[in-house]
Amino acid sequence: MNAFLLQYLPILVFLAVAVVLGALFIVGAWALAPKHPDPEKISAYECGFNAFEDARMKFDVRFYLVAILFIIFDLEVAFLFPWAVSLMKLPHATGLFAFWSMLGFLGVLTVGFIYEWKKGALEWE
Amino acid sequence: MDLQAIAFYTLAAIMLAAAGLVVTARNPVHSVLFLILAFFSGAGLFVLLGAEFLAMLLIVVYVGAVAVLFLFVVMMLDVDFVSLRSGFAQYMPVGLVVSGLLLVEMVMVSGAVASSGAAAKVKAAAVTGRSNIEEIGRVLYTDYVYFFQAAGLVLLVAMIGAIVLTLRHKPGVRRQNIADQTARTRKSGLSIVKVATGEGISE
Repeated sequence: MNAFLLQYLPILVFLAVAVVLGALFIVGAWALAPKHPDPEKISAYECGFNAFEDARMKFDVRFYLVAILFIIFDLEVAFLFPWAVSLMKLPHATGLFAFWSMLGFLGVLTVGFIYEWKKGALEWE
Repeated sequence: MDLQAIAFYTLAAIMLAAAGLVVTARNPVHSVLFLILAFFSGAGLFVLLGAEFLAMLLIVVYVGAVAVLFLFVVMMLDVDFVSLRSGFAQYMPVGLVVSGLLLVEMVMVSGAVASSGAAAKVKAAAVTGRSNIEEIGRVLYTDYVYFFQAAGLVLLVAMIGAIVLTLRHKPGVRRQNIADQTARTRKSGLSIVKVATGEGISE
């Protein structure tokens, strides 16, 4: 066990507490609560009348577009983290190069961002 | 057995169990949720290896974005559970062949990496005292600048591809245009017409 992993010990403790607490509630509800199910009780309830259709319905493909665009900008941000941490620790000339290389990367993605903005991909109709 | 070993075996066991449940769960949405559990356990294993940055990336990108995308895809498919399970026996041999090949590849690659003395390099990197993220930042933007810019271009292509493939504007949708609204004056919005009796206005 080294010093680095000791920093993560609170998270491990927290995780263990969360697992124990979650299991406790589930087991408690399962063991203690009264259960008398009948078909009417466990059927889907739709405000007084019989359910029209299955609750599972198709999502609009536009949700998918939003999710894809989110992933792409998420990855862009993932590249920013090591840059932000290490930029000032590099030697000056190298650091300057790293700075402009990141600006080039961001510029390329800004082109895509302008494209999606102008195409109206961010609009919801 | 120390705490590190206990944590490793627990996380590895949870990851394997979750991975098994991804394949065997009856409901595809539950499969995705087990996949998220597997991602979290993988992040824990990365932390145990000292790869903090990869662990956080696994949570930010895979749990935060990829799993959400999987959920959308699963929900968009309009899955019929009965028809989904019908081809299981038919596709099983192909799946077994592919997974067998994958297993052989992984064993060969990890064997080659282990025999080339990768473990010693990991130890050497740990001695420098810099964190994982800083080590990546030192080389990614300078030594590997072409790969970095290529990653940017790949992301650009992905962005444009997603828009070209999925963006459909419905015709006849009225949008609010605030610039037009505020540019409207009394002159452009109003006119006074003298109407002769019994004739009305034609326009």
